[in-house]
Amino acid sequence: MADSMAKGGSGYADRSAPSVSTGRLRRDRAINLSGNIGMWVLSIGGFIFLWLPIVLLIIFSFNDSRTVNEWRGFTLKWYENIFNDVIGAEARFSTALMLESLRNSLIVGVAATAISTVLGTMVSISLARGSYPGKRLIDGGLFMPLVIPEITQGVSLAMFFTLSFGALSGLIGERVNFGFPTIIIGHVVFNISYVAIVVRARLADMNPRLEEAASDLGANPWRAFWRVTFPQLLPGIISGALLAFTLSLDDYVVTFFNSGVGTTTLTVFVYGLLKTSVSPEINALSTLLLVLSTILIGVSLILQRRNR
Amino acid sequence: MRKLGRIFIVVSLVVLAVVGASAQDDSGDDESESDLAYDPAKIAWTCPEGFEGQTLNIFNWATYIGSNTISTFEELCGVTVTYDVYDNNEAMVARLRNGNPGYDIAFPTEYIIPVMIREDLLVPIDAEKIPNLANIDPRWRGMFFDPDDEYTVPYMWGTTGIAYNTEKVTEAPDSWMDIFEYDGPVAWLGDPRTMLAAALDVLGFDPNSTDPDEVAQARDFLVANSANLVAVALDDGQALLERGEVDMTVEYDGDIYQLIADCECETYGYVLPQEGAILNIASMVLLNGGPNPELAMAFMDYVLDPYVNGQISNEITYPTANKAAIEGGFVDEALLNSPIYPNLDEIPGSYFLEYIGDADVLYNDAWDEALILIGK
Repeated sequence: MADSMAKGGSGYADRSAPSVSTGRLRRDRAINLSGNIGMWVLSIGGFIFLWLPIVLLIIFSFNDSRTVNEWRGFTLKWYENIFNDVIGAEARFSTALMLESLRNSLIVGVAATAISTVLGTMVSISLARGSYPGKRLIDGGLFMPLVIPEITQGVSLAMFFTLSFGALSGLIGERVNFGFPTIIIGHVVFNISYVAIVVRARLADMNPRLEEAASDLGANPWRAFWRVTFPQLLPGIISGALLAFTLSLDDYVVTFFNSGVGTTTLTVFVYGLLKTSVSPEINALSTLLLVLSTILIGVSLILQRRNR
Repeated sequence: MRKLGRIFIVVSLVVLAVVGASAQDDSGDDESESDLAYDPAKIAWTCPEGFEGQTLNIFNWATYIGSNTISTFEELCGVTVTYDVYDNNEAMVARLRNGNPGYDIAFPTEYIIPVMIREDLLVPIDAEKIPNLANIDPRWRGMFFDPDDEYTVPYMWGTTGIAYNTEKVTEAPDSWMDIFEYDGPVAWLGDPRTMLAAALDVLGFDPNSTDPDEVAQARDFLVANSANLVAVALDDGQALLERGEVDMTVEYDGDIYQLIADCECETYGYVLPQEGAILNIASMVLLNGGPNPELAMAFMDYVLDPYVNGQISNEITYPTANKAAIEGGFVDEALLNSPIYPNLDEIPGSYFLEYIGDADVLYNDAWDEALILIGK
């Protein structure tokens, strides 16, 4: 990279040699070069900063030692422990509990993603195309879940559910309680904002003339949306959905405070393992999750490329 | 780019397949290697009639129960158990404070129990429904958090003591003074109550003192005896010890036992100070608003069965409060002889860090001041 910059610099020097002094030229070239090297170092540094901890986690998930102090040789035993209930001082890992919490995470993730993707897309279209009183207020309010601390969100939602369940129980005479629906609603609340923001960015890039042209050519608004707007929006919607799914899988605070009986998700399970310090099984499990989610993202990237 | 994606997927699938295959290959071996052969026929407890088809909801740490405990109970009683997890006492209480979503049993540590009682999160147990309460060592009854044994069924206990490297520390420590006066690098536990209690104990005060003067003296004592301090460890004292950065550290028994079990060596020792060990104990409690208290108490009785209880203690490697389990020979000899199962009769001054309410602020302030003065 530095090489090609130097070449570019010399070409410039040849052309303008008659009018500019060599001293200034040399200085410009130096600044150019150092600037480029600086940017290169920065981007590589940033990349390392982002990825090194994850790479270390993956490496140490194969380490034949309970602690991360030293490398004691390659082993797959932590991965085996995940899939076999291991007991005793060696490790304590309940496979059944892990698989059940994984299932719970998927239930919550898929449901919350589906709902928030539909709602978030609708909200962003309404904000971009509609005109009605209070639009700006809604526009601003949309960002609230992004700036409110998660703990506030979790606790306030739990309070809201407790109060409304109390009232509801009084009305229908049956006990209503926390469960998957409360967790899913909690996730939809923060996911809508993320989906709406991603979809809106896509909407802003789109040419509104295309829709107008469709209407001119006789398509009703419904048809114009599905034949013209939606296909163009799709990459944005998919990115939004993926983001929502990841956030949903990741969430601990909102999930825990709005959980019911039998809704332990994978994140809550991993936190629950902390009674006996961080075990290498957690590294192994995180690595597997990382591989899974990277496959998901890879697939979606390929799908998006095909669609274009 | 598309090619890259494909390569990526292939590589990922290969990794997954390898991991999956290796996991399956060894599934048979592990069970035969295990010397904790599980035999439900040894369970003396029988399930009372009439629970078939009912459900029980348990709230606990993820790794704080035996791997067969729940499934055997389900079989014996014909019931379904839901097991949900929390990661610390405070989170569990915060969750229940917002309305119990339907849990029958939780496993709180002693210090949080007075808070739970005060906030009406617990309901009294009916001792007549739990005849196996007789198996509990009387030492663990009538404790500060439940003087009349109304709310709690003792489960597993533990200690905080001194972990040390036997190669560097030739003479085994037996007092808090040994760590304060040791000529070499040491670490303290990053918990205000623990370290100030040690200092109070050495100074001859009540380790649960709420007297500002005494706490201030304890603070000054810590500052004056910090010359050999190299680290204040939050939860990694055992790692500092293993890396050789310190020769001695204040630690929880569970963490240091993991290190001892992992290295299979004689390098690490764990002792309790003669002034008195710092104890902790988890208890089973009946939660207010739980839908099935009857089955919950049947479960508590089942957990107190000597065989069931011994198995749990063996697996989670915490000492049990159940005397019958130990006397019945259901706890592994190796575990019983390890330093995490101390003979508390030899350490008469042992104590809990009791609930002291607002006086907690006193400790937090004194601790912060001490750390600033020490410069850590």
